[in-house]
Amino acid sequence: MSLSLEDIQRIARLARIRVTETEAAQTGDQLNGIFKLIEQMQAVDTSGVAPMAHAQEVYQRLREDAVTEPNRREAFQAIAPQTEAGLYLVPKVIE
Amino acid sequence: MQWETVIGLEVHTQLTTQSKIFSGASIAFGAEPNTQACAVDLALPGVLPVLNQGAVERAVKFGLAIGAKLNRVNLFARKNYFYPDLPKGYQISQFELPIVEGGALTIQVPSSESGQAESKTVRLTRAHLEEDAGKSLHEDFHGMTGIDLNRAGTPLLEIVSEPDMRSAKEAVAYAKALHNLVTWIGICDGNMQEGSFRVDANVSVRPKGQQEFGTRREIKNLNSFRFLEQAIDYEVRWQIEQIEDGHKIQQATVLFDPDTGETRMMRTKEEAHDYRYFPDPDLLPVRLDDDLIAQMQGELPELPQAKQARYQQDYLLSAYDAGLLTQSLAHANYFEAALKTLNTDDLTVGAKHVANWMNGELASALNKADLSIAQSPISPDSLAGLLKRSADNTLNARLAKEVFAAMWAGEGEADAIIEARGLKQMSDSGEIEKIIDEVLAANQKSVEEFRAGKDKAFNALVGQVMKASRGKANPAQVNELLKKKLAG
Amino acid sequence: MIHANLKQLSALLAENKTSSVELCTEYLDRIAALNPTLNAFITVDRERTLAEARTADARRAQGEAGPLLGVPIAHKDIFCAEGWLTTCGSKMLSNFVSPYDAHIVSQFKAAGMPSLGKTNMDEFAMGSSNETSFFGPVKNPWDLKAVPGGSSGGAAACVAARLAPAATGTDTGGSIRQPAALCNITGLKPTYGVCSRYGMIAFASSLDQAGPMAQSAEDCALLLNAMAGFDRRDSTSLQREQEDYSRDLAQPLKGLKIGLPKEFFGEGLSADTAKAIEAAIAEYKKLGAETVEVSLPNMGLSVPVYYVLAPAEASSNLSRFDGVRYGHRAAEYGDLTDMYEKSRAEGFGAEVKRRILIGTYVLSHGYYDAYYIQAQKLRRLIAQDFIEAFKQCDVILGPTAPTTAFDLGAKNADPVQMYLSDIYTIAVNLAGLPGMSLPCGFGTDGRPIGLQLIGNYFAEAKMLNVAHQYQLATDWHQRKPEGI
Repeated sequence: MSLSLEDIQRIARLARIRVTETEAAQTGDQLNGIFKLIEQMQAVDTSGVAPMAHAQEVYQRLREDAVTEPNRREAFQAIAPQTEAGLYLVPKVIE
Repeated sequence: MQWETVIGLEVHTQLTTQSKIFSGASIAFGAEPNTQACAVDLALPGVLPVLNQGAVERAVKFGLAIGAKLNRVNLFARKNYFYPDLPKGYQISQFELPIVEGGALTIQVPSSESGQAESKTVRLTRAHLEEDAGKSLHEDFHGMTGIDLNRAGTPLLEIVSEPDMRSAKEAVAYAKALHNLVTWIGICDGNMQEGSFRVDANVSVRPKGQQEFGTRREIKNLNSFRFLEQAIDYEVRWQIEQIEDGHKIQQATVLFDPDTGETRMMRTKEEAHDYRYFPDPDLLPVRLDDDLIAQMQGELPELPQAKQARYQQDYLLSAYDAGLLTQSLAHANYFEAALKTLNTDDLTVGAKHVANWMNGELASALNKADLSIAQSPISPDSLAGLLKRSADNTLNARLAKEVFAAMWAGEGEADAIIEARGLKQMSDSGEIEKIIDEVLAANQKSVEEFRAGKDKAFNALVGQVMKASRGKANPAQVNELLKKKLAG
Repeated sequence: MIHANLKQLSALLAENKTSSVELCTEYLDRIAALNPTLNAFITVDRERTLAEARTADARRAQGEAGPLLGVPIAHKDIFCAEGWLTTCGSKMLSNFVSPYDAHIVSQFKAAGMPSLGKTNMDEFAMGSSNETSFFGPVKNPWDLKAVPGGSSGGAAACVAARLAPAATGTDTGGSIRQPAALCNITGLKPTYGVCSRYGMIAFASSLDQAGPMAQSAEDCALLLNAMAGFDRRDSTSLQREQEDYSRDLAQPLKGLKIGLPKEFFGEGLSADTAKAIEAAIAEYKKLGAETVEVSLPNMGLSVPVYYVLAPAEASSNLSRFDGVRYGHRAAEYGDLTDMYEKSRAEGFGAEVKRRILIGTYVLSHGYYDAYYIQAQKLRRLIAQDFIEAFKQCDVILGPTAPTTAFDLGAKNADPVQMYLSDIYTIAVNLAGLPGMSLPCGFGTDGRPIGLQLIGNYFAEAKMLNVAHQYQLATDWHQRKPEGI
């Protein structure tokens, strides 16, 4: 398989990363090299094998339903790019 | 062409936990912006989710209540998309293997022809746990949007129905039944203004008799039953018009504008997100063990349908009455408390009496005042106090209503009002006879007309007697005594 | 004193022959002198370090003991540390002062180890040479023309150059072991779930694991004692009894069965590395161990599998860097999408973007089954290979990296060549097993060679024992770079 420039632009948009045309071309070559490596996987018949998502076969531990976190807005917003009246500001969202 | 409407609902219910689904921050409503958004909710680098047991328990309760299959091992997945109120850039939700699958809900649909309610079963597809997003505030901050992440991470149970509903009325009946159930079993407070119960409706139309579904459009975020009905009605009309005008319906997501009563396009299928779901590596498979399920089963109260059936069987109430009394747990509790205080020898008589008052006078007063039954100024005990005076003929129907109104206005208990206003029904026949004699003497013309065969004149005389007694005379007694006098 | 290992420093402190303030001052002076050359640290904060050292000395004066009390440590800049700039090697977080401590950081604080600073690393731990750091590459103290390995390159270099007696690292596909090998130090990646990931900036959540880096296996055991343990804030943290990882260090190796996977000794392994590993095997035989050939037939697929799974998880993990709540936001932007796309394009370096794009692609509609699910299935086959192998042996031994450190810039143009430098380490992460690297010689270019040990699940103590016995018999781990 081979990724086209449109593929690169499509996934870059999905990933919200601006990619210029020159970058897309360059990235495309590198990604195609990497996907050539990845394609080796397709040679193996894995029918009947259960996908492995976690290293350990353990189940989720549940947290007791209790409020444990205090208000730390001041500390958290001290590192924010733009805030006002306790809110994080972003360019106008149109619904 | 005859058209058929097909509706399926997706309902987001906010669960009644103390803390968030994956963090220890509070979910209390109405806090100052971002004061209930902890490091995990803000998706600071390095933070991790840990699942709240309370959320799991509530989902299990719901699954048990609708007779669904509980997936003993269920999974959390990431739904990836960018939005400023979604701090991680993905929502933790369930995709493959949700906690609850299947199940059904029986609803009562008011039939336009018979006026009776008809019973219908709506199948559920699934219910899964997920986290809520924050809120975007669109007031103007120098042309920018403000983000409040207090709501981010609030536990939701998303309940998805099969496309089993065929009208807006059915959709509303289902939404109400579901609302009743989730509040009944205590997993959701049901507060629609605060967004605790939000409905998305998938609506399509097809020519009557056609098997396959039409293309659907999804109406997002309906936060009242009225809007749900209006939005579906509008959408159905719009879709039929489009098709009859030769257009094709495009799969799309739309928003309902309550001001215009119209739906408008948010995005088409082409613009739909590619959510790139995959199992969340930060969360392990959730196992539901027998102990947890047994414990939740034990905590479930008698469910609305079971209660309704019992009311019909034990108290001989109609399906309609029993349905109204089980429209919420608060109604059922009110009914049972009033019935207990009323303490009649024959429970079926008492039950019917309470039902008539709750579904009649009380319901209309609450409705007028826009109050819920839980907010009723008249307690079940007080209502029973009034009903006692009606049952023992102290009050006739008209007086009972007067006393009810006084109780509603906060004038106290029934007995005190009767005493203060001297409203005791007049059942002393001597006293009534005296009034009748006076009325007959003063209305000779009517007496003659009656004797000449005019039945109407009799009613006029009854009316005069009641008026003279200032409504306190027992009408049945008046009838009887008047007949006797006139015959004599 | 600066060349002493952690255990020796611990003894000096216990005997009151030095203080934490004195020790930290010496290291800070050395860092000030050498870091401009090596670039091993991103952030150094002398006052903060000395304040922590004073606290440690005060604790000792109060009668507190403990093997780590007062010994300084350097934290990889992937660990959030309250009040410290925590960049993860990225422009994206170049202004991020963490408001909280990672679990590992608070564990070491509790043990009384002052932090010497935050070490340089490949951006978001994505790299094998430390060249993807926004803050510039780290130089290998053994040869300034060479890379230190990655992604914990700063950590490895600072221990090797004696800028710190101990360092924390993280290992997603070899990021502790490979730089340890390339810099002649000892590094251990524990079983997945042994060390909490809370506060460790996620790269690939199902593979990431923190571990110690130091001069010796014995030092690593002491550090692991403080790092390991259950943390309720990490759902993947395992609830196990607290272990003393030093308990088996002195066990003799007689009868030990060492598995030698034939796949580790085939094509691609450089001759000098092969020779050094053979010599180490001979040394182990002298110590009474037996060798047995084992096979990991699917190991060859570990690199492709890894480059599906790790980027997939990373693409999602790195979505939170959107310029809204912290981190880099573009100076100029139009609408919301423009703000996102510019901030992320500016904030992430080329390798990180590449991996985000790979991950986004393999998870996208229509490709998920062919890539992501297939990779997860192969992951199981790879893990099963190890389970089979461990039926025949106690530990697995092989090279950590196919070659000694390569030159700076040598593999920059070809990501695939770079990825293949982790060929021997990646499978261990996919299986979730513990692994470590320890010095075992030098190549023809005079650069260090690392020996990799892989243990069965939770066999860290065994692995440390095997490493320690080797270090008692050899002095490779005591060699230090000349001229620095």
